[in-house]
Amino acid sequence: MPENRFNGFTNYGIGIGLRAPHYEHILSRKPVVGWFEIISENFMIDGGRPLHILDQILDQYKVVQHGVSMYFGSAEKPGRDHLRRLKDLVKRTNTPWLSDHLCWGSVDGRYTHDLLPMPYTFEAARLTAQKVREVRDFLEIPIAVENVSSYAEFHVSEMTEWEFLNEVVELADCGILLDVNNIYVSSRNHNFDPFTYVNSVAAERVAQIHIAGHSKFKKYLLDTHDHPVLDPVWKLYERAIQRAGHTATLLEWDDSIPSFQEVHNEAMKANRFLVDTTLAVAV
Amino acid sequence: MKLVALQRAVARAVMQPLTPSERMRRTAPGGGRMSAYAARYIKPNDRLTSFERLEIYNRQYWLRVLDSMAEDFPGLRAILGQRRFEDMCRAYLTECPSRSFTLRNLGARLEVWLQCNPKWIRGKQTLALDMVRLEWADIRAFDGGAEPALCLEDLSGISVSGARLQLQPYVQLLELHYPVDDLAIQLRENHERADFASNGLMENRKSVRVGPVAALEPKQIFVVVHRIDFSVYFRRIEREEFALLSALRSGKTIERAIELAFQRSSIPEFDRGGYVQHCFQTWATLGWFCRPEEINARRQSCEKRVRT
Repeated sequence: MPENRFNGFTNYGIGIGLRAPHYEHILSRKPVVGWFEIISENFMIDGGRPLHILDQILDQYKVVQHGVSMYFGSAEKPGRDHLRRLKDLVKRTNTPWLSDHLCWGSVDGRYTHDLLPMPYTFEAARLTAQKVREVRDFLEIPIAVENVSSYAEFHVSEMTEWEFLNEVVELADCGILLDVNNIYVSSRNHNFDPFTYVNSVAAERVAQIHIAGHSKFKKYLLDTHDHPVLDPVWKLYERAIQRAGHTATLLEWDDSIPSFQEVHNEAMKANRFLVDTTLAVAV
Repeated sequence: MKLVALQRAVARAVMQPLTPSERMRRTAPGGGRMSAYAARYIKPNDRLTSFERLEIYNRQYWLRVLDSMAEDFPGLRAILGQRRFEDMCRAYLTECPSRSFTLRNLGARLEVWLQCNPKWIRGKQTLALDMVRLEWADIRAFDGGAEPALCLEDLSGISVSGARLQLQPYVQLLELHYPVDDLAIQLRENHERADFASNGLMENRKSVRVGPVAALEPKQIFVVVHRIDFSVYFRRIEREEFALLSALRSGKTIERAIELAFQRSSIPEFDRGGYVQHCFQTWATLGWFCRPEEINARRQSCEKRVRT
């Protein structure tokens, strides 16, 4: 269902990522956009221009927070300063749900600033779910975990990535931010069928969907967010919304960012799949 | 294998410096062959070995942190040159990896580290340290906190004796030995011009040429890094102003701060009253002081009376 307890029973439709090159356009032209996703870390600061811009955006648009450094899968506990700043921002934005990645990136207090893949073990699932619960209890809002794109797999893994995702969200009783581009990138890098992944996730837990572009290298795909969405990713998207319904969908474009209009037009392409799915369901 | 043990092992490899040709080292952390180290944890596939898969993360790590350092310290990069700057950053980040959830704090320990490791800035030590201080102050001024500001009319109600004034958290005070503010402004202008033609990532990897670096002569300056309308500015101030503001920041009373400001001052005693008045008026206009609690309380009570 598009509206569920993992996205605060909202039905946000199509949104785009709020990025600095578009600030001026958005504030001066006030384009019609369903919602913006912000990177929480860009606004977990004490003051200055970023928060001033955010407040102006909040006056006119719906905003959802997406994080890149909670590292639910890191064996260590989240820092108190991190959580305090995140909670301050949650109060400011009134985000109906908050997402971050199902990955790790720090150990012994040292940060890699990367989204490193998890070993798919029962121990890792249990520890990750426990951390998701702790963060949710502290922030007091629904949490959705996002599947990451990856370039490595561990020998110690005891299950597939989608089984691990389902295990974590069941244990944590949290939502899923299903990134269909990441599924496609990982499927090519690890030789699995991306539709098996999409067909296996707990559809009733999908709070949000990410779409994005990626880059092809000779021996692997890299998740670069610097291109339009490619056809195989749209096909996965179509299948995801057939299963999960018209879930809040967001286009990520983080590098070589084109004009606001171009990004917006690319995001709105999702509409043709949403309409088609409605017709299919109606028939 | 325990999760934390696996994460420690992988993080050590990911954060290990690259070779000069920006590839993963053949030697693993702690010795031994990296190919065997990688194969212990990571599965190969039909196109990539375990080594090659781990190398993707190793290279991404260094690309990300070096780009972040280059973005935060363009002045230091101009002073040291591209190659020396990157070598220095690699050494710094190897000894002082990020301990914050945000890349914004990556350079927080750079000044102290350079003081302990002066070989990286040999021949340009004072100039380089001045630039690091200025660039770190720039970051802090950009997103530092701001309290309600004291305005000019509030100023007239404050008695000099016994009263204290707090500076805004975003206001940064610097005593420098080179006019690095001029150099930083020139770099900023060059960068803004270059941004039209190329994307951010490529721009960061380009070497920066700034003519005046070599010709920069030592000159003691005092600078306030502050912001107006959310843009950061460098404002040169006089020695007496610096002493006065520093004393206020350290919690001295206004009276004591004024006394300290004029120790060893060449400003004639006759002119000092007007000088101080002018300073406070300028600083209040710029919004550098936080409004004291008692004025805040007085205002709130007035507003309440108006409402009722």
